[in-house]
Amino acid sequence: MRNPQRTEKIAFFFLFLATLVIALPVGLVVIIIISKGLPAINWQFLSDIPRQGMRSGGIFPAIMGTVYLVTGAIIFALPIGLLAAVYLSEYAKDNMLTRVIKLAIVNLAGVPSVVYGLFGLALFVVFFKFGASILSGSLTLGIMILPIIITASREALESVPYSFREVSYSLGASKWQTIRHTVLPNAIPGILTGTILGLGRAAGETAPILFTVAAFYLPQLPKSIFDQAMALPYHLYVISTQVPNVNEKIRYGTALVLLVLVLCMNLVAILIRYQFRKRKKW
Amino acid sequence: MVKFNIEGLNIWFGQIHSIKELRMEIYANEILSVIGPANSGKTTFLRMLNRLNELETNFSMKGKVEFDRQDIFTFDTEALRKKIGMVFALPLPLPLSIFDNVAYGARMHGVRQKKKLEDIVEKALQEAYLWDEVKDRLATSAFKLSGGQQQRLCIARTLAVEPEVILFDEPCSGLDPISTAKVEEAMRKLKQCYTLVLVTNNVKQAARVGDRTAFFLSGELVEIDKTEKIFTMPSETRTDEYIRGKFG
Repeated sequence: MRNPQRTEKIAFFFLFLATLVIALPVGLVVIIIISKGLPAINWQFLSDIPRQGMRSGGIFPAIMGTVYLVTGAIIFALPIGLLAAVYLSEYAKDNMLTRVIKLAIVNLAGVPSVVYGLFGLALFVVFFKFGASILSGSLTLGIMILPIIITASREALESVPYSFREVSYSLGASKWQTIRHTVLPNAIPGILTGTILGLGRAAGETAPILFTVAAFYLPQLPKSIFDQAMALPYHLYVISTQVPNVNEKIRYGTALVLLVLVLCMNLVAILIRYQFRKRKKW
Repeated sequence: MVKFNIEGLNIWFGQIHSIKELRMEIYANEILSVIGPANSGKTTFLRMLNRLNELETNFSMKGKVEFDRQDIFTFDTEALRKKIGMVFALPLPLPLSIFDNVAYGARMHGVRQKKKLEDIVEKALQEAYLWDEVKDRLATSAFKLSGGQQQRLCIARTLAVEPEVILFDEPCSGLDPISTAKVEEAMRKLKQCYTLVLVTNNVKQAARVGDRTAFFLSGELVEIDKTEKIFTMPSETRTDEYIRGKFG
């Protein structure tokens, strides 16, 4: 006998279970990191350089290094990614070449990050002679997040209703005016979502910065973009595996700072997006 | 005075032959209603006049369309569309404030001074009979307006670029009778200064507002004549059957 009510309950149970299975690990990770890392957090930890072979002191250079790298990556990747997305979704003719380029971009998003690291080493560090520097690292991270930004921006642009463009054209606006004043403003929330994803990825990756910028131990702030810098993910890797006898709370404290840093960056983007969403509704 | 002169016009979208050997004239300061069942080519005809059809990738055409005795393809597209405005089937306000919606076209054509924009917006809203209803809330979102108000906003937005011709593509299809009456009233007043082409599914609307009426069927112009003549003694039986509701 079919019993719709029972089926409904069973379906509900499994759907809820699946959601729980996703939410639980995320919650656990956050709880563990906070509970083990919070005792390490104090003003000295955030503002001091690492001391005693990174077994005490702070992580300030690593925090600043990550901020520089992420900022550099976004400065490089967002304009290029956005322009490429506008070209691909608004101007490019639908031919073989465009389709190959689109496919290539989607696939680039799936390339392992260590491959980007090697690519950055070969191109920026060695060929362009930037050396291991913030510039090389930012460019490498930028290239890594380009496909994410392009894909998200393209989807955002294409989700702007076609009728808006027709209205704009019918009022005598040119193609560029239409894109600039009607399409782009309505695509900004989606573009920001892509940027948020890229940002989080750039802040958290270790492999791309391993060969291009990251310093094992550098107890000072970089003076120019041609200097090496410490970075949180690499520092975390170093104190977890390369340096013996590091207090557990310092490791978790570093992880917590990285987590909060990424969340803060995301929060800024989410707030901007919220402002735009509130204004634009259709 | 002849505003549009169309000769031997054929339009295809891919394999589909949408307009067949069209020949007609549109006079200045008249309201021309275009009626016909779905897929009869009315909208394609309308979108030919301001060259919106060519946005479709599979569009191709043959024949001649003249605006003020000049081939429309010798015009700059933007300049042509500025002269030939369009109001779409559904109210399509842009996601901007009421003011910015109306000012959009003027801004695109380089008007920057605030005072001048304000004058343009007020004049356009008054011509569309919307000013009194919205003058106190010009900064609010256009989506806050009712459907009928939104459609009159779209008319105002079209008027703000000071066109010579306004194309209406079933402008009342989503509106209630009272809003429809207001839009129709606006159209009759606009006739004094503009040439109006009205595509409509509503035969009664064509009878109410049109000076002349054209009947399209399967991409062909069956008949075009004075509205009274079309609705009292059409020369074609197909026209007669359509307006009396035998098909369509």
